[in-house]
Amino acid sequence: MHELLIPQTSRPQFLLGNEAIVRGALESGVGFVAAYPGTPSSEIIDRFAQLGDEAGIYVEYSVNEKVSVEVCGAAAICGVKSLCAMKHVGLNVAADAFMSLAYVGVKAGMVIVVADDPSLHSSQNEQDSRYYAKLSGVPMLEPSTPQEAYRMTLEAFRISEKFGTPCLLRTTTRINHCRGPVEIGSIPPAKGFSGEFKKDPFNLVLIPAVGRKLRLVLLERTQRLLEESEGSPLNFISGKGDLGVITSGVSYLHVLDALIGMGLEDRTRVLKLGFTYPQPKALIAQFLGGVKKALVVEEVEPFIEEAAKICAQESKLLVDIAGKGKGLIPQAFELDSVKVKNAIGKFFSIDYEQPKVHQAPELPQRPPNLCPGCPHRATYYSVKKVFGEEAVYPTDIGCYTLGVLPPLKMADFLICMGSGVSTAAGFSKVLDRPVVAFIGDSTFFHAGIPGLVNAVSNDHRILLVILDNGTTAMTGHQPHPGVELTPKGRIEPKVSLEKLVRGCGVSRVARINPLQVKKSQAVLQDFKDKMNEPGVSVIISKSPCPLFEARIVKKRKKIVFRTDESKSCADCKKCLTELGCPAFFVESSGGVEHVFIDESLCSGCSVCSQICDSISPKRI
Amino acid sequence: MIKRKIMPMGKEIRGLRIFFTGVGGQGTLLATRLVGEAALEERVPVLMSEIHGMAQRGGVVESCVVMGRAVSPIIADGEADIVIAFEPLEAARALPKCNPKTVVITSIAPIRPFTVTIGQSVYPDQDSLYRIVEPHVADLIRVDADGLARSVSAERGSNVVMVGVLAGTGILPVSKTSFEQALRQILPERLLEPNRRALDAGYRFGAQFAGRKHLIAEHRD
Repeated sequence: MHELLIPQTSRPQFLLGNEAIVRGALESGVGFVAAYPGTPSSEIIDRFAQLGDEAGIYVEYSVNEKVSVEVCGAAAICGVKSLCAMKHVGLNVAADAFMSLAYVGVKAGMVIVVADDPSLHSSQNEQDSRYYAKLSGVPMLEPSTPQEAYRMTLEAFRISEKFGTPCLLRTTTRINHCRGPVEIGSIPPAKGFSGEFKKDPFNLVLIPAVGRKLRLVLLERTQRLLEESEGSPLNFISGKGDLGVITSGVSYLHVLDALIGMGLEDRTRVLKLGFTYPQPKALIAQFLGGVKKALVVEEVEPFIEEAAKICAQESKLLVDIAGKGKGLIPQAFELDSVKVKNAIGKFFSIDYEQPKVHQAPELPQRPPNLCPGCPHRATYYSVKKVFGEEAVYPTDIGCYTLGVLPPLKMADFLICMGSGVSTAAGFSKVLDRPVVAFIGDSTFFHAGIPGLVNAVSNDHRILLVILDNGTTAMTGHQPHPGVELTPKGRIEPKVSLEKLVRGCGVSRVARINPLQVKKSQAVLQDFKDKMNEPGVSVIISKSPCPLFEARIVKKRKKIVFRTDESKSCADCKKCLTELGCPAFFVESSGGVEHVFIDESLCSGCSVCSQICDSISPKRI
Repeated sequence: MIKRKIMPMGKEIRGLRIFFTGVGGQGTLLATRLVGEAALEERVPVLMSEIHGMAQRGGVVESCVVMGRAVSPIIADGEADIVIAFEPLEAARALPKCNPKTVVITSIAPIRPFTVTIGQSVYPDQDSLYRIVEPHVADLIRVDADGLARSVSAERGSNVVMVGVLAGTGILPVSKTSFEQALRQILPERLLEPNRRALDAGYRFGAQFAGRKHLIAEHRD
């Protein structure tokens, strides 16, 4: 039995926030789950994928977040409880569906988990997705701990069903990837995922006339949701005193630590908001009326702070409210208890001395790197050999973004999923330079196809290199439509990348194995010559992610490579300056530098041996 | 009590913050989880936080466990009670987390970062790394974790050796039995025996420090 399907226990389970959400959804009777993986939300769909069959629920890795919201929305319209989970920027992709599903609503509970990433641990921006709740009129809950993530998932399903609207569950990295004790309940008997659909076009087909009607319904529903929020036990006041703190999410934990650390537990009242949209205006006003000053502690944007200031104005309260507004709570990056203590100290005029921090001297950095044997490194090496520094290299989101680092330095522009191919088109039109774009296989399915069709139909002169490593590697090897390697063996891909590319109207298409350096470079050179003609070229650089291969087909390496120790590397070291595999290391003996290969790290890919005569294979 | 609404309650103990740092592939997250599960065995309120992103790609992996009255899952600079470093260079890099009461337990086995192996920078002399940390903390315990793991034929158990050392010092209000129970909770049957031996080896090593004043709770408040 999967560990998240166990019966109710007396001992709390030590669950990741993401696992707590899965358990909460299971106990709510979820029947339909869909998501595209994205850190820090990925474990939600991964756990569901592990247990879906056993639990009798439908689980899919959708091709992108918009699709996941649409398939889940349809299930929920048919009375099947559904859940989708995505990272913050995934909600941008899904926004079109999300904004209008808010009008149409749902017949069974539908929860959308959106996982923000303050401090950008694994993301391209630090957006505060809470504004999506306000933008759409969809209710939103914000947990502080795994226990609350579990409870709020149950509550999100209840609210969603009661009001016939999707419900947002907004987390941050420190909730998703925080592990804590969770008191679980029991999972109801599986009901399967078969639904019923009643035709009702004048409530379900969003033509303008229907949209106008549902717009009013939405506004009226928001009023009722406000009443629900006012009475929700997820918003509560604790403590006593005339100093006020309003907070939500993980910031609540920093506040607790700060108040305990400063001995202010008995002088401070804390309003902890869990139901953060619609914000409980009356409760906030009542709280503000009982304190001299109020500090709003929240990460990223002043979402609650703005609401508090509106509440004060509407209630004619003169209470001093601060947070981001007075520069006390930083707007960028995660908070911690020391940042909160500093703000409390300043705002409430309480002596606080920050701990004395000793900075370490400059130490060798330990940046993440493409793995030994990663086929992306080989592709970048060959493309750089052929197209050189002159070409512009728009790139995309995945492991291969690490190609930005030296020595490869093969990334010139990146904003979001799928931007590689479309920005390449823009660059090619206004620059008289070769433009070569990179995109991973999973990212291509996710958001690259429209950009490619656009490039073809507008005759953009670009080369798109699809880095096909056969999996969604960055987020933990989730499947995608082109997957060939599965735990059950090799399968014919459901969607062939090459056929898809040709179907998009691209005629210059080739497939290379990047681990064959000379052959790859010959194809690249041929394509470079042909790029004198307008139009799109695509090269599919296909070689499986070695970590994935080792995991899925238990492939074990049979050879490693070693350098010829009799030769000096002092005047060359191109393997380091041009390829830079982490298995290399330099040692000097007798003043002569020599490059060695760490056999335990070498994957046996052979790329280095094709660029240096002194490197040869060794059987193991 | 405020916290009751957001966390199951347990023993009321003072706050303890343990910062873990190491390199992708060292098993630091499993070690962190082991400490968390062991605390939960004792019904001590506990939270663990981890940053996954680059775990498999040779980058620094940081995680933490906070227990008792400490609940913020981010350890601010200067606020770590204990630092567990799985690699000496990372012990030095964690200095900003330390204060004069911090106890640092570090493995002495270096893992050279890529910037060093390709000759862009030099791995500092190990003693110089310890000298960066030692003057600013209460104690620096050096552990030959790889050697201890080998000595009990648990070559891949260096991470659990480090947890054993932490357990052996007695600095946490968590018994050895609870650590053993936590191992059973997390690990599949076939991996249990070597890891129990690794925990034992670490525990015996850590126990020799158990009497030191700064390791005893009542001297730390």
